[in-house]
Amino acid sequence: MSTYASPTPTRWARFRDSYFLYSFKRTWSAQLCLAIFVSLVIIAFLAPWLAPTDPYDLRQIDILASELPPFWIAGADEMYMLGTDAQGRDLLSIILYGTRVSLIIGFGAVLLQALLGVTFGLLAGYLGGRVDALLMRLADIQLSFSTLMVAIVVGAIVKATLGSSFYSEYAVLMLILIIGLAEWPQYARTVRASVLAERSKEYVDAARVMGLGSRRIMFRHVLPNTLSPVFVISTVQIANAIISEAALSFLGLGMPETHPSLGSLIKSGFDYIQSGSWWITLIPGVVLVVLVLTINLLGDWVRDVMNPRLYKG
Amino acid sequence: MNRVAQAPALDSQIPAAPEQDRQALLEIRDLTKRFSLSGDFLEQLRFKGGKLVRKQEFVHAINGVSLDIQRGEALCVVGESGCGKSTVARVVMGLLSPSGGEIRYDGARIDSLSSRQLLPYRKRMQMIFQNPYASLNPRMTIQQTLEEPLRLHHPDWDRQKVRDKVEEVMASVGIAPDWGKRFGHEFSGGQRQRIAIARALAVDPEFIVADEPISALDVSIQAQVLNLLMDAQRDRHLTYLFITHDLAVVEHFGTRVAVMYLGTVCEIAPTATLFATPRHPYTQALMSAIPKLEDDRPQHIRLSGEVPTPVNLPSGCVFHARCPHANERCRIEIPRLIAKEDGSQVACHAVEEGRL
Amino acid sequence: MSLLNVTDLDVRFALRQGEVRALRNVSFSLDRGERLGIVGESGAGKSVAAFSLLNLIAKPGFIAGGSIRFDGQELNGMSERCLRKIRGNRISMIFQDPMMTLNPVLSIGEQMVECLKAHRRISSREARTIALHKLQQVQIPSPETRLDQYPHELSGGMRQRIIIAIALLLDPDIIIADEPTTALDVTIQAEIMALLLELCEKHNVGLILITHDLGVVSQVTQRMLVMYAGRVIEEGPTREIINDPQHPYTQGLMNALPQMATPGERLNQIPGSMPSLSKLPSGCAFHPRCGFVKRADGQPRRACHDVIPDFVESGNCRVACHMVAEMLNGEPSLAKEETP
Repeated sequence: MSTYASPTPTRWARFRDSYFLYSFKRTWSAQLCLAIFVSLVIIAFLAPWLAPTDPYDLRQIDILASELPPFWIAGADEMYMLGTDAQGRDLLSIILYGTRVSLIIGFGAVLLQALLGVTFGLLAGYLGGRVDALLMRLADIQLSFSTLMVAIVVGAIVKATLGSSFYSEYAVLMLILIIGLAEWPQYARTVRASVLAERSKEYVDAARVMGLGSRRIMFRHVLPNTLSPVFVISTVQIANAIISEAALSFLGLGMPETHPSLGSLIKSGFDYIQSGSWWITLIPGVVLVVLVLTINLLGDWVRDVMNPRLYKG
Repeated sequence: MNRVAQAPALDSQIPAAPEQDRQALLEIRDLTKRFSLSGDFLEQLRFKGGKLVRKQEFVHAINGVSLDIQRGEALCVVGESGCGKSTVARVVMGLLSPSGGEIRYDGARIDSLSSRQLLPYRKRMQMIFQNPYASLNPRMTIQQTLEEPLRLHHPDWDRQKVRDKVEEVMASVGIAPDWGKRFGHEFSGGQRQRIAIARALAVDPEFIVADEPISALDVSIQAQVLNLLMDAQRDRHLTYLFITHDLAVVEHFGTRVAVMYLGTVCEIAPTATLFATPRHPYTQALMSAIPKLEDDRPQHIRLSGEVPTPVNLPSGCVFHARCPHANERCRIEIPRLIAKEDGSQVACHAVEEGRL
Repeated sequence: MSLLNVTDLDVRFALRQGEVRALRNVSFSLDRGERLGIVGESGAGKSVAAFSLLNLIAKPGFIAGGSIRFDGQELNGMSERCLRKIRGNRISMIFQDPMMTLNPVLSIGEQMVECLKAHRRISSREARTIALHKLQQVQIPSPETRLDQYPHELSGGMRQRIIIAIALLLDPDIIIADEPTTALDVTIQAEIMALLLELCEKHNVGLILITHDLGVVSQVTQRMLVMYAGRVIEEGPTREIINDPQHPYTQGLMNALPQMATPGERLNQIPGSMPSLSKLPSGCAFHPRCGFVKRADGQPRRACHDVIPDFVESGNCRVACHMVAEMLNGEPSLAKEETP
């Protein structure tokens, strides 16, 4: 009888020997992207301590200091490193706060999408038949509405029933709700497809023969084995959600200018491009592009690592 | 459509059957299973000659199979791919519901029970699967895999009792107790199959359905697993329904053999009898096709054509298109299993008429 | 000089855990029209051996040394362009899964014509005639209609016949068949093997048959190699090895077959399983599973633990085993190469 001489590896040892870490160590783009992304997240969430001014505090706004250029252009005020916007708010501070808002909405929306999508996809894939048909048609209908339409409909309903001040006050939650509702079918479809593949494997039959109930088989046996595609699409979905939020805010359906996200900053500066104050739009735009790009590149790498067909390439 | 003779009628023809009044552990009567190929209702609608008609196509996987499995025996079901042998196993275990027929376990019908009603039977009947690479949940450790059935069927056991039982069953299949914290993918095929066998044995079943348990393994590992299954049978007084395509394994392992072709049983016989005197022309062809170590030149019976699809079953005897002895009667009339003096049952007109 | 001479073939895989040696010192030869079987369990390296002959090993694998002489030319190190002239043309391959060779979107005829035209300057019409002729040779019913069918319209046995027809298309000198019938049913397998055997004999084509099935090897081949953990451990005429295996592993493999035991009795199993190539035991790779590491008097044979055995001639066979060497020469046989 062959026995194992080596001791059982611990969780940490498993991670240390994993292909995941091995590939990460050898992919410089993944390292760079992770570094940029993590620093952006840290800086954004430390905004209240890092930012020179509090852009939400109306007392700190000086309308006379509006539209000041960033430091490398003549006429800059050294108090405002990246210049100021049309209302005289410090651009650096407001970008930090805006990035935080964008990230919160991005993660929150993806969490909601995943929650809805994974549950529905699991039910549809495992139970099949009518449940499957119903949930998947629901997903089709949902996909035929764009995020924009959901935003308009939800916005209109909320504003009509609870008033627009309520809407602006809870804008972050509203956006999470809107983007979460609009894009859950992506998750549902991915999860359903991999549930169908897993359900036909013999370990699921073995669990049924054992006498386990459907709920336990679904959540204990099938779900853990469908999570790697969920993880892969999550990266792309976070980037998409951040872009969706920016687009909605740009169109005036998102964050109010008093609590701007990156999208509403770009919008607020857009009117001043003609008058020469391009930095109000461009600098938040660059931050948005860098944020989304790093997430997408990380997502590409995760997909390569988790796709077993590329393992051996 | 009664494809196979009723077994009670057969029993009376078998002379000197001492176990006649002994009840079989598992009785399968006229089992049929078809799978729809046509999808749901809307997909079945077709335009034909200007009219909307509903058209359904079926795969006839099992067509009237009757088998008895006696306590303590190992009944082997052999046949080529697509003959329905695995479907029989899955219907017996309740993984598929039958389209017709009855399954009785220890005298009680189990084919139409809900999963809750089946629960007590899950402890008595277990299954071993073909592919050891797919039959273990990749996200569960061996310990978790083996504890799960015990916790389900013995909710009153405390943690220590469950652990002791797992340790006992691991020892009985020859796996070291320190494997428990590892995951399935860390083991070789043979080791995984041992773990899968341990999972089936954990609840102390009396009946085990083994669906091609060794065909995914290497030759030297096959012997180990086959030995393990035989030891388990001796030590635990198990009854097996053993599905395989490997006749060499059958000869070694089986008490009785049922040969299946295209969803029907064409011959059932005690193993020694079948290998000494195969009667059905299909059994003869199957046996002659086993590559033997002795002769240099293969002398197998060549069958014409290929296995027909189970979607459009041939009329009469399902084997007639490939049978060298087929005549007009074979093309029209479905043969019934006829019992012979030596304890075998053959479904063949040629054998019945004495042509063969 | 044989048609194909493989000497000291060494194939490695560059994995992240380090280099793994998939083949070590593999040598064999094949005469014109000869049928050779390569037997072993999964992981023994038999498929790697076959694939490396035509340099078809996928990355991260590579041929690290040795020579493959085919008809006077050295194949190891030959340019991809020259190899392509040999592949399919003079040495063709049959894979386990017919769909690996057949393109699902081209008809059988198109694929055969394309293959012919790639190697010969002939018109499409001529190529079609040859293709039809080959389909007749593999006894496919109504070959003309088959030419216009697509692979998915055919059954598994029919596809494998077509693969054989394609393998024979350019009248090769050698066919390498990698588990050609493993995916097929017994009755179909018997037909395909009989067909392959008949065609090879008729056209004097050499055959390298890779399989785990000792029964198939014994019926089809004249000589056989037994491989274990990347090495050849026994080689010789098939009949002699089947009737009287010398190496303990070959003996174990034979004895483990259900045919070799009394029905109902326990089988003679080999304990343990094949070691992974990255964790080979020292000395003879089989020694942890071997029943002969101790001499008859109970004394352990140190050489089995420490030294890789070299081949000894035993009749018409070559065996790499210290026990056999000791019986023949009185001393264990030492390999050229020590354990790294």
